[in-house]
Amino acid sequence: MKNTLTSPRKDQDQVLKENGSGERTYLCPAVNIFETKDNFVLEAEMPGVNKDGLEITLEGNALTLVGHRNEGSGETEPIYRESKPAHFRRVFELDPALDTTKINASMDQGILTLNLPKAERVKPRKIQVG
Amino acid sequence: MNVTRWQRPEFTSWNPLTHLSSLREEIDRLFEFPLTALTEATQPFLSGWLPAVDLFQDKDNLTLKAELPGMQKEEIDISLHDGVLTLSGERKSDPKYEGAQACRSERFLGRFQRTLALPSLVDAEKVKATYKDGILTVVLPKAEEAKPKQIEINAK
Repeated sequence: MKNTLTSPRKDQDQVLKENGSGERTYLCPAVNIFETKDNFVLEAEMPGVNKDGLEITLEGNALTLVGHRNEGSGETEPIYRESKPAHFRRVFELDPALDTTKINASMDQGILTLNLPKAERVKPRKIQVG
Repeated sequence: MNVTRWQRPEFTSWNPLTHLSSLREEIDRLFEFPLTALTEATQPFLSGWLPAVDLFQDKDNLTLKAELPGMQKEEIDISLHDGVLTLSGERKSDPKYEGAQACRSERFLGRFQRTLALPSLVDAEKVKATYKDGILTVVLPKAEEAKPKQIEINAK
Protein backbone atom coordinates (compact mmCIF):
# COMPACT_ATOMS: atom_id res chain seq x y z
CA MET A 1 0.00 0.00 0.00
CA LYS A 2 1.28 3.40 -0.87
CA ASN A 3 0.28 6.82 0.32
CA THR A 4 1.18 9.86 -1.59
CA LEU A 5 2.74 12.36 0.68
CA THR A 6 0.60 15.22 -0.43
CA SER A 7 -2.81 13.70 -1.09
CA PRO A 8 -5.45 14.68 1.44
CA ARG A 9 -7.04 11.24 1.29
CA LYS A 10 -7.01 9.39 4.59
CA ASP A 11 -6.16 5.74 4.61
CA GLN A 12 -8.68 3.54 6.23
CA ASP A 13 -6.53 0.45 6.54
CA GLN A 14 -4.90 0.79 9.88
CA VAL A 15 -3.28 -2.60 9.86
CA LEU A 16 -1.20 -3.73 6.97
CA LYS A 17 -0.51 -7.27 6.07
CA GLU A 18 2.60 -8.17 4.22
CA ASN A 19 2.68 -11.39 2.29
CA GLY A 20 5.74 -12.95 0.82
CA SER A 21 8.45 -13.65 3.35
CA GLY A 22 6.15 -15.06 5.99
CA GLU A 23 2.94 -13.35 6.90
CA ARG A 24 3.39 -10.49 9.25
CA THR A 25 0.99 -7.92 10.52
CA TYR A 26 2.12 -4.37 10.91
CA LEU A 27 0.50 -1.40 12.47
CA CYS A 28 0.07 1.68 10.38
CA PRO A 29 1.48 4.62 12.33
CA ALA A 30 -0.59 7.80 12.46
CA VAL A 31 1.15 10.63 10.68
CA ASN A 32 0.94 14.36 10.39
CA ILE A 33 2.40 15.99 7.32
CA PHE A 34 2.98 19.70 7.06
CA GLU A 35 4.08 21.69 4.10
CA THR A 36 6.22 24.72 4.72
CA LYS A 37 7.82 27.02 2.21
CA ASP A 38 10.98 24.95 1.80
CA ASN A 39 10.09 21.47 2.88
CA PHE A 40 7.62 18.83 3.94
CA VAL A 41 7.68 17.67 7.52
CA LEU A 42 6.37 14.20 8.35
CA GLU A 43 5.71 13.14 11.93
CA ALA A 44 4.91 9.49 12.56
CA GLU A 45 3.74 8.10 15.89
CA MET A 46 5.67 5.00 16.84
CA PRO A 47 5.45 4.58 20.60
CA GLY A 48 7.96 2.10 21.93
CA VAL A 49 10.37 2.47 19.02
CA ASN A 50 13.78 3.98 19.60
CA LYS A 51 16.47 5.08 17.18
CA ASP A 52 17.91 1.58 16.83
CA GLY A 53 14.56 0.05 15.92
CA LEU A 54 14.03 2.37 12.99
CA GLU A 55 14.49 1.40 9.40
CA ILE A 56 13.94 4.04 6.76
CA THR A 57 14.51 3.04 3.18
CA LEU A 58 14.13 4.90 -0.05
CA GLU A 59 13.64 2.96 -3.23
CA GLY A 60 12.88 5.05 -6.26
CA ASN A 61 10.09 7.26 -5.02
CA ALA A 62 8.89 4.86 -2.34
CA LEU A 63 9.81 5.81 1.19
CA THR A 64 9.32 2.95 3.63
CA LEU A 65 9.18 3.57 7.35
CA VAL A 66 9.55 0.56 9.61
CA GLY A 67 9.69 0.78 13.39
CA HIS A 68 10.56 -2.26 15.48
CA ARG A 69 9.40 -2.18 19.04
CA ASN A 70 11.47 -3.79 21.70
CA GLU A 71 9.39 -6.59 23.07
CA GLY A 72 8.90 -6.43 26.79
CA SER A 73 10.24 -9.15 28.99
CA GLY A 74 7.94 -12.13 29.00
CA GLU A 75 8.19 -12.60 32.73
CA THR A 76 5.17 -10.57 33.65
CA GLU A 77 1.62 -11.70 33.26
CA PRO A 78 -0.61 -9.41 31.22
CA ILE A 79 -3.86 -8.54 32.99
CA TYR A 80 -5.23 -6.06 30.55
CA ARG A 81 -3.92 -5.29 27.13
CA GLU A 82 -4.90 -2.68 24.59
CA SER A 83 -1.66 -2.16 22.72
CA LYS A 84 -1.04 -4.41 19.76
CA PRO A 85 2.12 -6.47 19.80
CA ALA A 86 3.22 -5.57 16.29
CA HIS A 87 5.80 -3.44 14.58
CA PHE A 88 5.03 -0.34 12.56
CA ARG A 89 5.27 0.01 8.82
CA ARG A 90 4.06 2.50 6.28
CA VAL A 91 5.05 3.34 2.74
CA PHE A 92 4.82 6.79 1.20
CA GLU A 93 5.18 7.71 -2.40
CA LEU A 94 7.32 10.80 -2.61
CA ASP A 95 6.66 13.67 -4.88
CA PRO A 96 9.38 13.85 -7.57
CA ALA A 97 9.84 17.49 -6.63
CA LEU A 98 11.54 16.52 -3.36
CA ASP A 99 15.26 16.51 -2.95
CA THR A 100 15.69 12.94 -1.73
CA THR A 101 19.39 13.37 -1.02
CA LYS A 102 18.71 15.83 1.76
CA ILE A 103 16.13 13.94 3.83
CA ASN A 104 16.94 13.91 7.50
CA ALA A 105 15.26 12.07 10.34
CA SER A 106 15.10 12.38 14.09
CA MET A 107 13.38 10.37 16.78
CA ASP A 108 12.06 11.77 20.04
CA GLN A 109 9.69 10.13 22.52
CA GLY A 110 8.16 7.80 19.97
CA ILE A 111 7.74 10.41 17.27
CA LEU A 112 9.73 10.08 14.10
CA THR A 113 10.21 13.43 12.40
CA LEU A 114 11.33 13.47 8.79
CA ASN A 115 12.39 16.60 7.03
CA LEU A 116 11.91 16.36 3.29
CA PRO A 117 13.30 19.42 1.53
CA LYS A 118 11.80 20.55 -1.72
CA ALA A 119 14.14 20.59 -4.68
CA GLU A 120 15.61 23.98 -5.47
CA ARG A 121 13.85 24.13 -8.80
CA VAL A 122 10.34 23.97 -7.36
CA LYS A 123 10.83 26.49 -4.60
CA PRO A 124 8.99 29.73 -5.18
CA ARG A 125 11.34 32.48 -6.23
CA LYS A 126 11.15 35.91 -7.59
CA ILE A 127 12.23 36.61 -11.09
CA GLN A 128 13.88 39.91 -11.52
CA VAL A 129 12.90 42.01 -14.43
CA GLY A 130 16.05 43.15 -16.10
CA MET B 1 -55.70 16.17 -3.05
CA ASN B 2 -55.38 12.89 -1.28
CA VAL B 3 -57.04 12.34 1.95
CA THR B 4 -55.59 9.66 4.14
CA ARG B 5 -56.89 8.70 7.44
CA TRP B 6 -54.83 10.17 10.19
CA GLN B 7 -53.70 7.75 12.78
CA ARG B 8 -52.10 8.61 16.05
CA PRO B 9 -48.62 7.21 15.65
CA GLU B 10 -48.31 5.99 19.21
CA PHE B 11 -51.46 3.94 18.75
CA THR B 12 -50.15 1.71 16.04
CA SER B 13 -46.70 0.55 16.86
CA TRP B 14 -45.63 1.65 20.27
CA ASN B 15 -45.65 -1.19 22.65
CA PRO B 16 -43.70 -0.45 25.79
CA LEU B 17 -42.99 -4.10 26.41
CA THR B 18 -41.24 -4.72 23.12
CA HIS B 19 -39.11 -1.64 23.66
CA LEU B 20 -38.26 -2.74 27.13
CA SER B 21 -37.20 -6.18 25.99
CA SER B 22 -35.03 -4.81 23.21
CA LEU B 23 -33.40 -2.49 25.71
CA ARG B 24 -32.74 -5.49 27.86
CA GLU B 25 -31.14 -7.29 24.95
CA GLU B 26 -28.93 -4.29 24.30
CA ILE B 27 -27.75 -4.27 27.88
CA ASP B 28 -27.12 -8.00 27.84
CA ARG B 29 -25.13 -7.63 24.67
CA LEU B 30 -23.06 -4.92 26.30
CA PHE B 31 -21.94 -7.27 29.03
CA GLU B 32 -21.08 -10.09 26.68
CA PHE B 33 -18.99 -7.83 24.49
CA PRO B 34 -15.25 -8.00 25.10
CA LEU B 35 -14.03 -4.71 26.52
CA THR B 36 -11.56 -4.00 23.75
CA ALA B 37 -14.18 -4.51 21.06
CA LEU B 38 -16.38 -2.08 22.91
CA THR B 39 -13.76 0.64 23.05
CA GLU B 40 -12.97 0.09 19.38
CA ALA B 41 -16.64 0.29 18.50
CA THR B 42 -17.22 3.50 20.39
CA GLN B 43 -13.98 5.21 19.43
CA PRO B 44 -15.27 6.87 16.25
CA PHE B 45 -18.00 8.56 18.26
CA LEU B 46 -15.69 10.01 20.81
CA SER B 47 -13.77 13.04 19.78
CA GLY B 48 -11.23 12.49 22.53
CA TRP B 49 -8.06 10.53 22.56
CA LEU B 50 -7.82 7.17 24.30
CA PRO B 51 -4.20 6.14 24.53
CA ALA B 52 -3.68 2.37 24.68
CA VAL B 53 -3.00 1.14 28.20
CA ASP B 54 -1.53 -2.23 29.23
CA LEU B 55 -1.39 -3.65 32.71
CA PHE B 56 0.97 -6.43 33.74
CA GLN B 57 1.70 -8.09 37.02
CA ASP B 58 4.36 -10.23 38.57
CA LYS B 59 4.96 -11.39 42.11
CA ASP B 60 5.91 -7.98 43.50
CA ASN B 61 4.65 -5.34 41.12
CA LEU B 62 1.87 -4.15 38.93
CA THR B 63 3.23 -2.46 35.83
CA LEU B 64 1.19 -0.11 33.73
CA LYS B 65 2.26 0.96 30.27
CA ALA B 66 0.59 3.69 28.29
CA GLU B 67 1.34 4.73 24.73
CA LEU B 68 1.74 8.48 24.82
CA PRO B 69 4.05 9.38 21.96
CA GLY B 70 5.44 12.87 21.64
CA MET B 71 4.62 14.43 24.98
CA GLN B 72 6.61 16.29 27.57
CA LYS B 73 6.79 14.55 30.92
CA GLU B 74 5.37 17.69 32.56
CA GLU B 75 2.21 17.32 30.49
CA ILE B 76 1.31 13.94 31.98
CA ASP B 77 -0.51 13.64 35.31
CA ILE B 78 -0.69 10.43 37.28
CA SER B 79 -2.80 10.13 40.38
CA LEU B 80 -3.68 7.27 42.65
CA HIS B 81 -6.69 7.40 44.86
CA ASP B 82 -8.43 4.51 46.63
CA GLY B 83 -6.87 1.89 44.36
CA VAL B 84 -7.91 3.76 41.24
CA LEU B 85 -5.18 5.06 38.99
CA THR B 86 -5.88 8.00 36.72
CA LEU B 87 -3.69 9.16 33.86
CA SER B 88 -4.49 12.46 32.28
CA GLY B 89 -2.84 15.11 30.22
CA GLU B 90 -3.03 17.22 27.20
CA ARG B 91 -1.14 17.13 23.96
CA LYS B 92 -0.80 20.54 22.41
CA SER B 93 -0.16 21.33 18.79
CA ASP B 94 3.39 22.15 17.91
CA PRO B 95 3.71 25.94 17.51
CA LYS B 96 6.52 25.30 15.03
CA TYR B 97 4.01 24.27 12.37
CA GLU B 98 1.25 26.70 13.25
CA GLY B 99 1.30 28.53 9.94
CA ALA B 100 2.25 25.54 7.83
CA GLN B 101 -0.29 23.85 5.64
CA ALA B 102 -1.32 20.43 6.92
CA CYS B 103 -1.46 17.75 4.23
CA ARG B 104 -2.41 15.04 6.69
CA SER B 105 -3.31 15.21 10.31
CA GLU B 106 -4.03 11.84 11.81
CA ARG B 107 -2.48 12.41 15.21
CA PHE B 108 -4.78 13.30 18.05
CA LEU B 109 -4.43 16.55 19.87
CA GLY B 110 -6.09 17.56 23.06
CA ARG B 111 -6.96 16.16 26.43
CA PHE B 112 -7.07 12.55 27.43
CA GLN B 113 -7.94 10.71 30.59
CA ARG B 114 -7.75 7.04 31.43
CA THR B 115 -8.90 5.58 34.73
CA LEU B 116 -8.12 2.07 35.87
CA ALA B 117 -9.16 0.22 38.98
CA LEU B 118 -6.08 -1.64 40.14
CA PRO B 119 -6.64 -5.35 40.74
CA SER B 120 -4.62 -5.43 43.95
CA LEU B 121 -3.52 -3.16 46.76
CA VAL B 122 -0.39 -1.16 46.07
CA ASP B 123 2.08 0.75 48.16
CA ALA B 124 1.34 4.32 47.08
CA GLU B 125 4.59 5.62 48.56
CA LYS B 126 6.78 3.51 46.31
CA VAL B 127 5.15 4.08 42.92
CA LYS B 128 7.65 5.03 40.23
CA ALA B 129 7.01 6.35 36.75
CA THR B 130 9.30 6.71 33.76
CA TYR B 131 8.70 8.08 30.30
CA LYS B 132 10.83 6.73 27.48
CA ASP B 133 10.35 6.33 23.72
CA GLY B 134 6.83 7.67 24.04
CA ILE B 135 5.80 4.99 26.53
CA LEU B 136 4.87 5.87 30.07
CA THR B 137 5.69 3.05 32.48
CA VAL B 138 4.31 3.13 36.00
CA VAL B 139 5.60 0.52 38.41
CA LEU B 140 3.32 0.01 41.38
CA PRO B 141 4.76 -2.25 44.08
CA LYS B 142 2.11 -4.46 45.61
CA ALA B 143 1.29 -3.85 49.23
CA GLU B 144 2.63 -6.46 51.62
CA GLU B 145 -0.82 -7.84 52.35
CA ALA B 146 -1.54 -8.31 48.62
CA LYS B 147 1.56 -10.41 47.92
CA PRO B 148 1.19 -14.16 47.69
CA LYS B 149 2.38 -15.83 50.85
CA GLN B 150 3.58 -19.26 51.53
CA ILE B 151 2.02 -20.63 54.66
CA GLU B 152 4.03 -23.02 56.63
CA ILE B 153 2.39 -26.12 57.97
CA ASN B 154 3.38 -27.21 61.39
CA ALA B 155 3.34 -30.95 61.74
CA LYS B 156 2.85 -32.35 65.15
